[in-house]
Amino acid sequence: MLRAFTFNEVLFLLDATKWTIAVTLIAFVGGGLVGLLIMILKVVNNRPAQWGAAAYVELFQGTPLLAQLFVVYFGMGLFGYDVSPWVAVSVVFTLWSAAFLGEIWRGCVQAIPRAQWEASAALGLSFAQQIRYVIAAQAARIALPPTVGFLVQIIKNTSLASVIGFIELARAGQIVNSATFRPFLVYCTVAMIYFALCYPLTALSRRLEGKLHGAH
Amino acid sequence: MALIRIENAWKSFGKVPVLQGVSLEVGEGEIVAILGRSGSGKSTLLRCINGLEKIDTGNIWVDGTLVNAAGADVRKLREKVGIVFQSYNLFPHLSVERNITLAPTVVKRMTREEARAIASDVLRRVGLEDKIGAYPDQLSGGQQQRVAIARSLAMSPKAILFDEITSALDPELTGEVLRTLAELARQGWTMVLVTHEIGFARNVAHRAVFMHDGKAWEEGPPKQVLVKPETKELRNFIASVLD
Ligand SMILES: Nc1ncnc2c1ncn2[C@@H]1O[C@H](COP(=O)(O)OP(=O)(O)OP(=O)(O)O)[C@@H](O)[C@H]1O
Ligand SMILES: [Mg+2]
Repeated sequence: MLRAFTFNEVLFLLDATKWTIAVTLIAFVGGGLVGLLIMILKVVNNRPAQWGAAAYVELFQGTPLLAQLFVVYFGMGLFGYDVSPWVAVSVVFTLWSAAFLGEIWRGCVQAIPRAQWEASAALGLSFAQQIRYVIAAQAARIALPPTVGFLVQIIKNTSLASVIGFIELARAGQIVNSATFRPFLVYCTVAMIYFALCYPLTALSRRLEGKLHGAH
Repeated sequence: MALIRIENAWKSFGKVPVLQGVSLEVGEGEIVAILGRSGSGKSTLLRCINGLEKIDTGNIWVDGTLVNAAGADVRKLREKVGIVFQSYNLFPHLSVERNITLAPTVVKRMTREEARAIASDVLRRVGLEDKIGAYPDQLSGGQQQRVAIARSLAMSPKAILFDEITSALDPELTGEVLRTLAELARQGWTMVLVTHEIGFARNVAHRAVFMHDGKAWEEGPPKQVLVKPETKELRNFIASVLD
């Protein structure tokens, strides 16, 4: 029996949106922490650390997120570990975001001129003090716009979590569509909700970018 | 004993030999000008003195401590020897005051008040006490360079190395920086200056050293060495600079 596309259906979509937001936050915070580690491994003067971090980044940037989700969700099952979609999605999105955030931040740290490292070293600052007082503050300023930009990528990519049965906005859209069979209406609504989440961030990212070219 | 003593220092970058047996001493309170063609290793020598680069063989002592010993404490060394670069290298995200107080507070663990008092003192010495709240990009090149000098002074090092600190400046701005240097000279700081300003070297330095072929080729009192050079290499160099 076909249902009509009513306000209730819209509420159902909005309710699912909170899981999209939850996954995004997990991916951003978890990925941020792991990404910080990746960035540090890449900038310290240690070959094995750099090599390990580079391999990690290649692995997660060089394979589709979809495949990563399948491998973790079904792959773990093959080894006798039954993971819930929640766990699989959290782990995969964290590791995947980490690869990108780590690379973005590495680029920002390395964009700080070598002269800044030298001037601070020449004043007797330790490596940790150089990072804390001289490098991080400058790198963070240039990192802000691309980081906010990547947050938008995370939001849009959470829709892939639906493939392993995780119910978020995109999956909720499929469910509503099979009940109402109003694909155009349903998916337009879904797209508008994504847009409402992403647009403010895109605008913010652009504003930060503009600010960067101004003064302090 | 000399404050800085360099003994037969060798250094190459890959296959390019840069320092090929440099020996040089700088006494306490002495002002030494280093001259030489581009690529003769002047900057490299200064960078080796405060541990930004490592020599391959030879020895460098600063204040009685062997700089190139295994496990030498470069951070302790850098408290004794400051360096000012051609491109100033101020921290753009920090105010003039914080540029100056950063190292005293985090390296020497002074309180912010003590460090602030030092900042006003060193800024007065370079004639910029009214710029304490400014940011580097609000200052002219000459002013930025004077803040960089003040930042180095604030650590009260035993010696300061200056690497062509007027070369990046417009001609009309070099005067103010040279006057600041002359004032420091009068106050008795130990200074090693790499410079192309032959006139300045002649008037301010106690000794001039001409670097050539990775060595301290010719040295002596500037009024003698720069006026009546003994080697034809230095004669040629002076002729090319005065052109
Ligand atoms: N980090 C480095 N890696 C490789 N080669 C270097 C490095 N630093 C300096 N060199 C080389 O060493 C030589 C000496 O350089 P240095 O900067 O000491 O010369 P300089 O006398 O200061 O010259 P200038 O008057 O142009 O500043 C040059 O040939 C330079 O290309
Ligand atoms: Mg040089």
